[in-house]
Amino acid sequence: MALQIVDGCVNCWACEPLCPSQAIYAALPHFLIDAKKCTECDGDYADKQCASICPIEEAIVDSQGEALNPPGSLTGIPPERWEQVRAEIQAR
Amino acid sequence: MELTVLGQSQTTAPEAGGCASSGCGSNDDQLNHLPEHIRAKVHNHPCYSEEAHHHYARMHVAVAPACNIQCHYCNRKYDCSNESRPGVVSELLTPDQAVKKVMTVAANIPQMTVLGIAGPGDPLANPERTFDTFRQLTEKAPDIKLCVSTNGLALPELVDELCQHNIDHVTMTINCVDPDIGAQIYPWIFWKNRRVYGRKGAEILIKQQQKGLQMLVDRGILVKVNSVMIPGVNDKHLEEVSKAVKAKGAFLHNVMPLIAEAEHGTFYGVMGQRGPTHDELQELQDACSGDMNMMRHCRQCRADAVGMLGEDRGDEFTMDKIEAVDVDYAAAMVKRAEVHAAIEATLAAKQQKKNETFISLSSLSIPKKESRPVLMAIATSGGGIINQHFGHAREFLIYEANAHDVRFISHRKTDLYCSGDDTCGDGESVLQKTINALKGCEVVLCSKIGYEPWGMLEEAGIMPNGEHAMEAIEDAVAAVYKEMGEKGLLDKKPETKQRATA
Ligand code: SF4
Ligand code: SF4
Ligand code: SF4
Repeated sequence: MALQIVDGCVNCWACEPLCPSQAIYAALPHFLIDAKKCTECDGDYADKQCASICPIEEAIVDSQGEALNPPGSLTGIPPERWEQVRAEIQAR
Repeated sequence: MELTVLGQSQTTAPEAGGCASSGCGSNDDQLNHLPEHIRAKVHNHPCYSEEAHHHYARMHVAVAPACNIQCHYCNRKYDCSNESRPGVVSELLTPDQAVKKVMTVAANIPQMTVLGIAGPGDPLANPERTFDTFRQLTEKAPDIKLCVSTNGLALPELVDELCQHNIDHVTMTINCVDPDIGAQIYPWIFWKNRRVYGRKGAEILIKQQQKGLQMLVDRGILVKVNSVMIPGVNDKHLEEVSKAVKAKGAFLHNVMPLIAEAEHGTFYGVMGQRGPTHDELQELQDACSGDMNMMRHCRQCRADAVGMLGEDRGDEFTMDKIEAVDVDYAAAMVKRAEVHAAIEATLAAKQQKKNETFISLSSLSIPKKESRPVLMAIATSGGGIINQHFGHAREFLIYEANAHDVRFISHRKTDLYCSGDDTCGDGESVLQKTINALKGCEVVLCSKIGYEPWGMLEEAGIMPNGEHAMEAIEDAVAAVYKEMGEKGLLDKKPETKQRATA
């Protein structure tokens, strides 16, 4: 049971100091989670801390490869509404 | 030295400057009510004093990478957009490295008076790294002022610790006081170990910002508020923000233009949100300055900037160059004190001269009602002097001359998104870009200018002028304005005048 940081991570550091298990470390090309240390925050927090602050959609995945922040979840705009919202914003 | 009042008692703040020396005109009156100790605090701060920024330098160190909110104008691959132009990446330092760097720079650039932590994320989202840096510097380099900038979310819980480190300036970015508007700017915040989305998140952020602002003011810490002007989102709202933050006791409110380009990968950039035009920005700045002094010379510097505003000598002080250096800070402090005294003397001399200029200006035989204001662009590399070749200018200072005075209005950059020749296109388009950036100006003052740009400027209705090279900016602007008056150019509409010179 562990989360994983994948391509897309922009090395912003936000997750690193929050991890209750010190499982996250700076690496190249992107940050990594030590699978042996990650507890998925079980027993420490209701929400997985790294996934709750990560600003990049799809940068953190669970053991199934499922993104914790799927497309549209952080911008608040689901992909199917993207074009419409874009038109609204461009009219400003 | 805009913040000292003419003719006030000279206790701590030297008499140098005064509002006239930077031509900030009536804006300055808003600060006259500030107590002496506040003016003393900011008079040699390049970010707060229009005059000081010609002579003193500041630096930022990038020790604080993490951020606890998301702004729609920020791509977190890069530095905090509140404090830097988008698309910039700073060299991340540990607190120990940062302290070393600051002391090395202070010894080499004695004009450096201010150290700020502004990122690359939110300094208060990285309290340990930020406070460790401040703690060490307070102890080892007591002649450097410290300041910090923040989005405000973590401010209330950290105010007391901030006060311990003897920090007297804090910059907060406040873009709204209305959560419905906030929801269009901040998609989420990280709060009490959870992500909070949309309006709810914005509401918490706004509450924390206002609370933090109040707490700082109550503790006697100077607060400058920055706002990013986002057309169609908060442009109409920012006057209200200005009133609200002034009521709480912020001492400056600075409105900056949104910079949104698709290639920066920000939400606004990708979605095609536009930034304000020069006119829209200036109009809003004027509207807000009725309430409060505006810091128009702010250049949105990068989180590891070193040097005078508008220049960056960061490359001279990268970590690999610094690590080998040993700094004798006690000796450096003596030298620094000498240099600071010399600057104060220059400012004082300049101020004397300034008063004379103003007398001659106001005695111009131009009937006031017919003499319209004129915007002029200045190419300068610092020192308050016209000393830059037109073709080398990466930004221009915009001054307004009218029948009463000369005042500094803003900066305009020519190469906002230019990171090298490959992205800049050919020479002609760069020149065209520059000319676009100078829209609304009737004169451009520089030390020299090439033949080709001269022609293109004239065609665009902007009169190039190299006759005032190495003169003080305000004097030259006043002189050119006077000449224009004598030629009868000031009672005509700019449109007509532009044709006449073209
Ligand atoms: S899920 Fe929790 S324990 Fe695992 S890496 Fe993220 S923050 Fe650390
Ligand atoms: S918060 Fe996300 S983007 Fe930032 S370092 Fe961690 S995984 Fe990478
Ligand atoms: S506060 Fe700064 S770093 Fe954080 S999202 Fe906003 S602009 Fe980016």
